[in-house]
Amino acid sequence: MTTGILLQIAQTLAAILLAPLLMGWVNQCRAWLQGRSAPPITQPYRTLRKLFHKDAVIAHNASPLFRFAPYMVFACMALAAGLVPTIANDLPFSPAADAIALVGVFALARVFLALAAMDIGTSFGTLGARREMLVAFLAEPALLMVFFTASLISQSTELPTIVETLAHKEFVLYPSMAFAAVAFWMVSTAENARIPVDNPTTHLELTMIHEAMILEYSARHLALIEWAVALKLFTYSALGIALFLPWGIAPQGELNALPLAVLALVAKMAVGGAALSLLEAISAKVRLFRAPEFLGTAFLLGVLGMLIHFLLEV
Amino acid sequence: MKINGLDWNLAPLAEHIWRGEVTPDALPDLARAVKEEGGQLVALWGSDERHLAGQGSGCFAVHAAFITAGGLAWVSAALDAKQPAYPDLSATFPQAERMQRATYDLLGLTAEGAVDSRKWLRHKAWAADEFPLRKDFAASAGDPAPVDGYPFIRVEGEGVHEIPVGPIHAGTIEPGHFRFSIIGDRILKLEQRLGYTHQGVEKRFEGRDLATGAKLAGRVSGDSHSAFTWAYCMAVEQALGARVPERAQWLRGLFLEIERVANHLGDLGYLGNDVALSFGFMQFWRLKEDWLRLCRDLFGHRYLFDRIVPGGVAADLDDPGRRRLADLSHRIEGEVRELKAIYDEHATLQDRFANTGICKPALAARLGLTGLAGRASAQAWDARVQFPQAPYDRLEVNMATGRKGDVLARAEVRFAEVFESLRLIRAILDKLPNGDLAAPLPVADGVCQGLGWVEGWRGEILVAVRIAADGRLDRVHPHDPSWQNWPLLEIGVLGNIVPDFPLINKSFNLSYSGQDL
Repeated sequence: MTTGILLQIAQTLAAILLAPLLMGWVNQCRAWLQGRSAPPITQPYRTLRKLFHKDAVIAHNASPLFRFAPYMVFACMALAAGLVPTIANDLPFSPAADAIALVGVFALARVFLALAAMDIGTSFGTLGARREMLVAFLAEPALLMVFFTASLISQSTELPTIVETLAHKEFVLYPSMAFAAVAFWMVSTAENARIPVDNPTTHLELTMIHEAMILEYSARHLALIEWAVALKLFTYSALGIALFLPWGIAPQGELNALPLAVLALVAKMAVGGAALSLLEAISAKVRLFRAPEFLGTAFLLGVLGMLIHFLLEV
Repeated sequence: MKINGLDWNLAPLAEHIWRGEVTPDALPDLARAVKEEGGQLVALWGSDERHLAGQGSGCFAVHAAFITAGGLAWVSAALDAKQPAYPDLSATFPQAERMQRATYDLLGLTAEGAVDSRKWLRHKAWAADEFPLRKDFAASAGDPAPVDGYPFIRVEGEGVHEIPVGPIHAGTIEPGHFRFSIIGDRILKLEQRLGYTHQGVEKRFEGRDLATGAKLAGRVSGDSHSAFTWAYCMAVEQALGARVPERAQWLRGLFLEIERVANHLGDLGYLGNDVALSFGFMQFWRLKEDWLRLCRDLFGHRYLFDRIVPGGVAADLDDPGRRRLADLSHRIEGEVRELKAIYDEHATLQDRFANTGICKPALAARLGLTGLAGRASAQAWDARVQFPQAPYDRLEVNMATGRKGDVLARAEVRFAEVFESLRLIRAILDKLPNGDLAAPLPVADGVCQGLGWVEGWRGEILVAVRIAADGRLDRVHPHDPSWQNWPLLEIGVLGNIVPDFPLINKSFNLSYSGQDL
């Protein structure tokens, strides 16, 4: 049990500390693919350090909610990172929430960020919050469909059971998961404010979704949000790995499988990050009102995955 | 020259440029005649003539430049010194509205009967009853003028709200304020408020010598440096009766086409960036950088600043330089063709570009859309084609046009113009005659005037110059096509969604400083 708790703490801390590294890697790959020299992989850490050293500028009419939201968002993401199996499976914290609750944790963070964006009353904050809600209310059901497909296979909504079924029982090919994987990629781009739904590097206020919500944040608050964004990308990548490429995650109580699990995670994250940046490099951002179509397709693929499960796999 | 069958007593000033005087009351008739003939108003400005002894002394004047089938008609009307007023022209040419408002702000000349008489260029730098371009204006650095606000037009109704954007933006671009009235993300109305980069350029010209004036003219809008400098020099040379050596004329044409290519490459990259296709942005800007570096190597300045001077040019091109420029133009042409294929086949990018920010040809004609944006809306005007001056009279420029008037059409016109300009550059390099680079300017013989007219990359650029008897500049009016095109942006975005505005805006890429002056 103590090993379990220690492993849990180690895994969560590793996620928090390594998340900016993944972001740095994605940025680096993207720069290379665009044909320019890349910033160092540690650049996100430097940005965080810079932001933590700055004095915060806060609007006069900001309520406590505005100051509180970054901590809340960061806490939600840290919690989510602790729930998803990255290195070891079935840690003591895992039963605290299943896949459906995980969607709820992401939603909680989003609600706080949207409220904070509207709190100070600038037009961009409201604009961003409105668009974020438009994207979110379409993305969440699609994400649930992906989870349901995986849950139907393993007869459980608990993430450790899903990983156990997919990775550590006899190897079976699930065609339904192929549909779910595509749906999951589409939802992840929307949820993580990446191209083609949003553009994380734009400076055009009027086109922003996520960035418009955090325009008024500075210093430590912004650092926490940026860190939470990196953590969210990390958690989503870990989720994708747990659902679709779970091989390598150490089964419960097998300590000697841990080194291999760490290596497997690093390798999978590196490949995943490179794939993300490749897809971003060749895509353009869709028109805002095409985003519902994009997410509608994701939802449809999620549903198709479930249907195929019933047709072929039961 | 006759306009619409009527004789307006216009005398030739230079090739394709005509000059005449009318009474203020005749201005609306003249404007209607131009309109009926299919022409457009290009520029409208005023001047203080009270200090000029002999030449219609003791009065103000309002000037208008019309483009007609026969060329450019520069018409002036003398106005009363006590109550300077002229009849409104914006009923015939809506593009006159902002120019009339600016003319009032700067000189106190009233357009009688104009619907919109709000201030335009005046913010807080001077008071409502002061007119900085009048010769008796005392520039006082002292008291700031009282703030008198600016009434925006409000859209009312359920669910409508406003987004004020700017003048300071998140990116490093020029300042301008945009007031969106939206419902959801759909734009119901856009109102622009410009003038934030007003630097008093026109006042600054007064009393400068001709060489300094050329430098200042080139800095009215830095992206059109060669166009403005050439237009200014053309006006000065016309006023003084100077002859420019042939080689200098050809080099000027070369500089203008180099500027056009550089700007189009940059804009095509930005258009990719605005739909988050950073790949396109990086590739076009890599090409632009190569282009600019070669300019620095060959002519000593990346953007060719101050390479055109009154009387000629200040930079030459040797044979190795000729070869390097030709080689690079070949390489860039090949790479742009590849990039165009990528843009053409990119479904999301095409979806973003097509049917976004449409300016229909009929609307463009009514509101006077001009230049590159005009050509993308079937407004086929290009001074290099219809009214070619040296060296274009021996180059046979092909005009690029489109009909759709959307972002895609404007991008297509840019692509076509890049290829055409690269071809022209090579043609100029082939035919570049030998000879002097500059000729000395004759000394001014009394007060004299001239008008320069150059097709810059954004559209036609006009510079009107009056040189005083002492040989120094008395009044210079530089005109950027952004004056006509900014109002079309207000119309072009209607019915589009807010997140598409930056893309539409970039597809026009209008100058702030060029119209703020």
